[in-house]
Amino acid sequence: MSEKIIMKGNEAIGEAAIVAGCRHYFGYPITPQTELTEYMAKKLPLVNGVFLQAESEVAAINMVYGAAGTGARVMTSSSSPGISLKQEGISYIAGAELPCVIVNMMRGGPGLGSIQPSQADYFQATKGGGHGDYRNIVLAPNSVQELVDFTILAFDLADQYRNPVFVLGDGALGQMMEPLEFKPLEVKSVEKPWAANGLGTRKTPNVINSLYLKPEQLEAHNVKLQKKYQLITENEIRWEEQNTQDADLVIVAYGITSRIATSAMQMARADGLKVGMLRPQTLWPFPCEPLNNLADKASAFLTVELSAGQMVEDVKLSVNGKKPVYFYGRTGGMIPNPKEIYQEIKKIYGMKEAK
Amino acid sequence: MTYEIVIAGFGGQGVMLMGQLLTYAGMIEDKHVSWIPSYGPEMRGGTANCSVIISDEQIGNPIASEPTIVVAMNLPSLDKFEPLLKTNGTLLINSSLIEKKASRKDIQVYSIAANEIASDIGNPKVANMVVLGALIAATKIVKRESLLKAFAKLFEKKQISGLLEINETAIYRGAEGIAV
Amino acid sequence: MMEKIFGRPESLLDVPFHYCPGCHHGIIHRLVAEVIDELKVRTSTIGVAPVGCSVLAYEYFNFDVYEAAHGRAPAVATGVKRVLPDTTVFTYQGDGDLAAIGCAEIMHAAIRGEKITTIFVNNAIYGMTGGQMAPTTLIEQVTQTSPYGRNQDIVGMPVKMSEVLATIDGAKFIARVAVNNPANMAKAKAAIKKAFEIQHQGLGFAMVEVLSTCPTNWAMTPVQATKWLEENMIPYYPLGIIKSPEEVAK
Repeated sequence: MSEKIIMKGNEAIGEAAIVAGCRHYFGYPITPQTELTEYMAKKLPLVNGVFLQAESEVAAINMVYGAAGTGARVMTSSSSPGISLKQEGISYIAGAELPCVIVNMMRGGPGLGSIQPSQADYFQATKGGGHGDYRNIVLAPNSVQELVDFTILAFDLADQYRNPVFVLGDGALGQMMEPLEFKPLEVKSVEKPWAANGLGTRKTPNVINSLYLKPEQLEAHNVKLQKKYQLITENEIRWEEQNTQDADLVIVAYGITSRIATSAMQMARADGLKVGMLRPQTLWPFPCEPLNNLADKASAFLTVELSAGQMVEDVKLSVNGKKPVYFYGRTGGMIPNPKEIYQEIKKIYGMKEAK
Repeated sequence: MTYEIVIAGFGGQGVMLMGQLLTYAGMIEDKHVSWIPSYGPEMRGGTANCSVIISDEQIGNPIASEPTIVVAMNLPSLDKFEPLLKTNGTLLINSSLIEKKASRKDIQVYSIAANEIASDIGNPKVANMVVLGALIAATKIVKRESLLKAFAKLFEKKQISGLLEINETAIYRGAEGIAV
Repeated sequence: MMEKIFGRPESLLDVPFHYCPGCHHGIIHRLVAEVIDELKVRTSTIGVAPVGCSVLAYEYFNFDVYEAAHGRAPAVATGVKRVLPDTTVFTYQGDGDLAAIGCAEIMHAAIRGEKITTIFVNNAIYGMTGGQMAPTTLIEQVTQTSPYGRNQDIVGMPVKMSEVLATIDGAKFIARVAVNNPANMAKAKAAIKKAFEIQHQGLGFAMVEVLSTCPTNWAMTPVQATKWLEENMIPYYPLGIIKSPEEVAK
């Protein structure tokens, strides 16, 4: 039986990666995720792993490309400005279909922004970020326990689909301490016959590549990628619903914001307002169908984000005009309190009554 | 029951550790707990605070935006967090460093001369533990044994003789020294 | 039965190169392949190709190869070597790739003393994009982006990467060679072999800079190009072993 322990979010991710069999980490310090980099620096050498502090995020992600191509379980982590630097490598990793885990503990932007929590990298994570038609699997934990569970899941999904997987957190989740436990798990070992790890007894060289100079070949490669993304969409959408059975108004929120929105929902319920919540746990693939189904019963949706409105676009696409979709967001590292969100809820109820 | 606690002071006063000990102690009592810090980019000397939630129920918002308990270790913390306290909330003031009195009448106010007591014990560094002792005596958030267990757990790797004893003394003296 | 005295190295696949007539890449590929064969490490060798004319190197080598992003080959090679320390890992990079966009990556691979080998092909120009100025383009050399000749006042002097890297402690072997005649080819091959041996001995980073022609973008015949290399490049980029462990011991 595993025992409950308390860890800081960033460190919990590091421990989870090690539990998942990750022995290679390449990173570069940046607030507010540095504890993860430091944790790996401390722990990986103790398990015969490799920690390497790269000269830049650009180099770090390319080291990940190299390590992932050998078939090793490998991870990098950063925060928003650093993740921007990694986009080139992420596009290559997606193109070459390499499994790896990338952690982004988001901070306020644009530019150097701030070191406070934010969710303004939603577009970057879910819509590409780098160039070309590719998708990252994006997991959005909302507790330290989920940071652990989703990090482990991320490695499995990465191997299963040969795809980069994001653990998309924020500065608040990374700094939080909560109880957690490591459930007993079997690390799934996946055959990687494609790995470029030296010919050995193999006759044909393996090539790790995203270059297809002939348009017919590149299109075929893209068609293959899109088929994979379709398969991921069919199999891997994860979400959680609370109080949606009888909800008039459904809040849609992820990560730290969903925690605050839960408190707002409880305030509303205490006042007799039928408010529920849908929390996407995967941001790509996005829970379109569950939201579309809810749009048949609920009267309105309220998306709450630490951004100027990014996920709300996917919520609108999912609801597809069936019901109004409202938005409330704070930016720049500001975090709304539950009362603020409840005010928005009451406004929407007011608007409904006025109709 | 849900306690939403803010502990605030200068960097270096040990406010983060105070919060972590409470969080651990809450977990030992099988409560739902969370801890989240808030600080600026400076490494030392700035103001620092942390939110601790200890609850019988699953925790939503981990940030105590309307705390039920505020521990003010210095004057700026009193000025900043007293107005945020919920009605009927509890305010604990470190009277060694804060001469000012609380201004609200709709809250419970306690004070503790933490630095004097700590010096009296023989180690000024344990002022934060004196405050914690006072806090749990005043509010009963967690049991004293749980706090001691939490301390032993957090410091199990530090082999400093007498460390546990002096901190235990600080917690006792804090409970005794509390003033209304 | 006749003795076979010349054949295709096993480390090269039996496919025609796409390189322009008179370009030295083909010779350099062959020398690398011969060395890998002679060291008997083909089945445990992993190459990292760059962006540039040799972007398709993975179609020619008969071992595992990565195609890296522009300039990032040393970082990719680091990732590979750190997972598989017992393999032979090398990067094959051009002058735009290594000396411009990938300057940070090559410097830090050397600084870390990364146990990899770099083959640095310097032809003083960007080949694949059609003849633009490189950090190694010579003063007054005309390219598509220095149409009036390279001007020191605007872009500075051509960089001597081998000399720069030789100052770094983690770089244990640095040589500059050319493949403009059979004698130099033999010296080039010896240097390349040494650079791989340094890796196998676990000493640190090793690089061989190979001066190369680009007849197409220099707008010359292959013979003219080789002559231009001898008269212009070699005087500015002198050949020889710039740093080796024996010298360090002195």
